[in-house]
Amino acid sequence: MFAYRIDRRSGVATYVQIVQQTKQALRLGLLDVGDQLPTAREVVAATAINPNTVLKAYRELEREGLVEARRGMGTFVRRTLGRADHDGLRADLAAWAKRARAEGLEREDALALAAAVLEEHFPQGREGEAG
Amino acid sequence: MSGPEWAVEASGLVMRYGRRRARVLDDCTFAVPAGRVCGLVGPNGAGKSTLLALAAGLLRPSGGELKVLGAVPPGARADVAYVAQSKPLPAQLTVASVLRLGAELNRSSGRWSASAAETIAYEQGGLDPKARIRSLSGGQRTRVALALAFGKRARLMLLDEPMADLDPVARQELMGALMAEAAEHGTTIVMSSHVLPELEGTCDHLVLLGGGRVRLAGAVDELVSSHVLLTGTGPLDGQRVVEHRPAGRGATALVRRGEALPPGWDAVEPSLEEIVLAHLRTASGPAVPEEAAV
Repeated sequence: MFAYRIDRRSGVATYVQIVQQTKQALRLGLLDVGDQLPTAREVVAATAINPNTVLKAYRELEREGLVEARRGMGTFVRRTLGRADHDGLRADLAAWAKRARAEGLEREDALALAAAVLEEHFPQGREGEAG
Repeated sequence: MSGPEWAVEASGLVMRYGRRRARVLDDCTFAVPAGRVCGLVGPNGAGKSTLLALAAGLLRPSGGELKVLGAVPPGARADVAYVAQSKPLPAQLTVASVLRLGAELNRSSGRWSASAAETIAYEQGGLDPKARIRSLSGGQRTRVALALAFGKRARLMLLDEPMADLDPVARQELMGALMAEAAEHGTTIVMSSHVLPELEGTCDHLVLLGGGRVRLAGAVDELVSSHVLLTGTGPLDGQRVVEHRPAGRGATALVRRGEALPPGWDAVEPSLEEIVLAHLRTASGPAVPEEAAV
């Protein structure tokens, strides 16, 4: 069964962690179309978080069309996400990182720069909001 | 779900132990909706245990009104489980006979679940059924007391610092079991605790007591969105400041979110822990006026 790992000190809202981990599992192929997500009861028994947090995360995933709740049965994967298989993009990034390092950037400088460019091209998604 | 909308409803509640004594609870008004997991926090001596004992019907209020599941306590006794801080259990009995006693005492409700009680008592590094209560540690007694509460299949669980003497593994396991109970049966849980990180993930409702009064009460997400943490310099005119602490040349202030934020201050959303700590630190001072809508 698929299990969530909740980090209470990450500063990321718990329901966002569940949404992100589910998406990551879809990208990695840990979950596929037709698979059942753990029930709210199973998640909270393992993680000791509030049940409404799980329901909120599942509603968000449902709203995005990734899962569907079947009455009395549970929540199932409806659609999967593109697998990360982008060799060309990865090579470009690797070359960029190499150059950044050669020009004397620290790891944090490079991360900040990359984050700023990403923010330009992928404006803040809903997931980033607190709540 | 049927039943009353409110699990616990207090209005102008007053409690004093003896006429000449000071008021332990003074003019407490709040309501906990059914189906919530409510954290009860406050400094030592704030009246948390008194409030839980009143809700359990073990004490009678000196004034005001208190309703639990729509009835004056102990009217809804069969639907309420109460775990006191002291965990009074018969010392000479074995764990198994305490659970049998629980089954007998709850026969009239017809809801006793032996399997729910046994899961808590015996599973995951749990207890020996033949062990006598007097031989158990504080944490093990807590496990027995919680097993009785789960076996009762109550609609409301009143827990006075339930996790205080448990080891980290048992804490995680039993808190998980509590959350599962809430998920599966819609059980309302009201629990007092001093461990704020524990409450942060588990509670969706909060009542904060200070000096016998309710300082803060409401749904956790509303409490969080109704506060803002400001950092900066300059005046904070017109802001309802909960707590103000110097930071460098300026200050950090937790304020109630109002119409407009003061210019030149950096605003972030506080965590529940930051809000609770600020209110706890100022709990002895005057209460910050609350907006009617909150």
